[in-house]
Amino acid sequence: MTQTHSDYRLSQLDQLEAESIHIFREVAAEFEKPVLMFSGGKDSIVMLRLAEKAFYPAKIPFSILQVDTGLDFPEVMETRDRWVARLGVNLVVASIDDAIKNGIIPDAAKISRNRLQIPTLLNAIEEHGFTAAFGGGRRDEEKARAKERVYSHRDEFGQWDPKNQRPELWSLYNGRLHEGEHMRIFPISNWTELDVWDYIGREDIEIPSIYYSHQRRVFERDGMLMSETPLNPLRDGEVVEERTVRFRTCGDITLTGCVESTASTIAEIIDEVAVARKTERGATRGDDRFSEAAMEDRKKEGYF
Amino acid sequence: MAGTNTGYGMDLLRFATAGSVDDGKSTLIGRLLLDSKAIFEDQLEAVEATSEAKGYDYTDLALLTDGLRSEREQGITIDVAYRYFATPNRKFIIADTPGHVQYTRNMVTGASTADLGLVLVDARQGLTEQSRRHAVILSLLRVPHLVLAVNKMDLVGFDQTVYEKIYAEFTQFATKLNVPDLEVIPISALQGDNVVTRSENMPWYSGPTLMHHLEHVHVASDRDLIDARFPVQYVIRPKSDEFHDYRGYAGQVAGGILKPGDEVVVLPSGMTSKIAKIDLFDQEITEAFPPMSVTVHLEDDVDVSRGDMIARVKNAPSPSQDIDAMICWMTTTPLQPRQKLAIKHTTRTGRALVKDIQYRLDVNTLHRDQATNELGVNEIGRVTLRTTVPLLCDPYSKNRTTGSFVLIDEATGVTVGAGMING
Ligand SMILES: Nc1nc2c(ncn2[C@@H]2O[C@H](COP(=O)(O)OP(=O)(O)OP(=O)(O)O)[C@@H](O)[C@H]2O)c(=O)[nH]1
Ligand SMILES: [Mg+2]
Repeated sequence: MTQTHSDYRLSQLDQLEAESIHIFREVAAEFEKPVLMFSGGKDSIVMLRLAEKAFYPAKIPFSILQVDTGLDFPEVMETRDRWVARLGVNLVVASIDDAIKNGIIPDAAKISRNRLQIPTLLNAIEEHGFTAAFGGGRRDEEKARAKERVYSHRDEFGQWDPKNQRPELWSLYNGRLHEGEHMRIFPISNWTELDVWDYIGREDIEIPSIYYSHQRRVFERDGMLMSETPLNPLRDGEVVEERTVRFRTCGDITLTGCVESTASTIAEIIDEVAVARKTERGATRGDDRFSEAAMEDRKKEGYF
Repeated sequence: MAGTNTGYGMDLLRFATAGSVDDGKSTLIGRLLLDSKAIFEDQLEAVEATSEAKGYDYTDLALLTDGLRSEREQGITIDVAYRYFATPNRKFIIADTPGHVQYTRNMVTGASTADLGLVLVDARQGLTEQSRRHAVILSLLRVPHLVLAVNKMDLVGFDQTVYEKIYAEFTQFATKLNVPDLEVIPISALQGDNVVTRSENMPWYSGPTLMHHLEHVHVASDRDLIDARFPVQYVIRPKSDEFHDYRGYAGQVAGGILKPGDEVVVLPSGMTSKIAKIDLFDQEITEAFPPMSVTVHLEDDVDVSRGDMIARVKNAPSPSQDIDAMICWMTTTPLQPRQKLAIKHTTRTGRALVKDIQYRLDVNTLHRDQATNELGVNEIGRVTLRTTVPLLCDPYSKNRTTGSFVLIDEATGVTVGAGMING
């Protein structure tokens, strides 16, 4: 039996959970072929947990989709595989390398893998005929995300039109689509970074080990601490040294920086997040730093 | 974020800003976030840099929430921005909505889920048509708490008589609306007076600061815990060996309290049964109440599917295909009699035929214009609909979930109307 509610009040975390579960069930009921976009990061793991709860004891009634950039942290892949095995869900991997090989996207060595994720993702959505794709985006992450609906409509080119979003009233979501269009669904829109950590702690669920403090060989670039890896050759003047670090987000290994930290438990991470002076993306995501509208521009094109 | 706590015990307050264009809504939210230390260094630095580049004399705090490129270019809010902050006991979800009349639909979006509406008025201008329209919308949406923030007090020399005049004008207007709880606070969003810290410029004001009010406003009694309503969202049938006979009805409780043993009726079929058990993930629970998402099991093998509603035998809504509702119309093609639209109400979808437009509400005078035969964009009126499926509804005044619906244009797929059922 769970906690009693003598005053019939739900804590804010329980309210967020209930709202997200409602969204998962709504999508499963109304869309022909939903898919959950899984990056392996903490937000997509929280999504998986919520989906697990929404349909328990039935299996999650849709596949999960991962865009394999070829630049993912190995620890993230390991965690992904354990989650997939435990839940018995179907995993679809859309690989950027395959997309290049098959001529679906140009092999533009100069284009960042981050941008190549977009056509790879859109191609996978089209190829599999997915009509709704769950994403782990949170509105507190970034100011363009703060504007996005829970059901975010994408036209036949996969694009978002931020100036012309559908009204979204109460919890009455409108999932109408035309041929070739799809919907991005953000079930944890209203969660903050702290809520996500609280929830991971409360649910006691596995996340990739790189979120916890560990020793790592790193070098400094653009004010961020980057992981040493053959995928990301050193530039002039960059020196590698071992530091005690952890990651605040999991992205492309060549663009995602870490922070110095000794936080090795969820409680310690929460303490750290609670006093952080920089946003998780601003602090450690090279892909968001290009310009003030970097996220908005990528989202318009069809980014997560 | 500094000044925040973990979320276990905290409660939640959702509030939405409202008011005319340039009354200072986004600036106020920026100020609130800044003074409650919910702004990160990199966010503030970006906004300071942009303000400087644009040659402003001060940091434009509205840039903290105006997150779209076109918003920054035009200096106005176009769509709702959702922002978050927390104090030790409460988490706040803010919907910063646009004041521009063209984007009223986005204001309605932000306000539909709010527990509190924060209407801003520019002290120099007093109430405008748009402040009245927004107050009317908040009242129609039954947002239970209202704050009128008389802003830009710095531009009127912090003059008490200006505040009192607007106060009087608004309370006069509000008597004609449904405003159960009103607080009127004189502020300067730009300088921070009475936002988080008490203003030294307005010693004549003895009421709470905005932040104090937001932290303490009592929202516990706003929910309906009497009339049990459970719209069935999804039927869970695992089809696995371990859970071979499992058949649960998943949904979010929309009203009242559900308990195992309750005698229930399934609508619209009218079949009766008893609640066998209620699951929350892998736990059995003794009661479920709003807004919990749970799975209900019935004792009998009755036919239940998505769109049905489980209610108490002695307290159930009566299914109806003739709907009398207030509608906010949100698209440029006007709403007219004989028009056919898709309708979504709880987990039910059907089609609706517009039988009659009873009147249009003049948002300035609250006069009911019965001569009209259509509702234009951003207009509000009372409409009669005939639906293809019976709606299992309550008056919106009793239940914001079972009393609301949206209208969808079947050709474009766009949400074009927000409805609140009368009764
Ligand atoms: N002097 C003074 N100026 C203010 C105050 N509050 C807002 N402003 C200014 O008023 C202008 C409009 O402010 P915004 O916050 O963008 O207004 P808004 O209500 O969000 O406007 P929309 O979202 O477009 O409806 C900006 O230039 C602000 O700096 C105040 O308290 N005092
Ligand atoms: Mg604004």
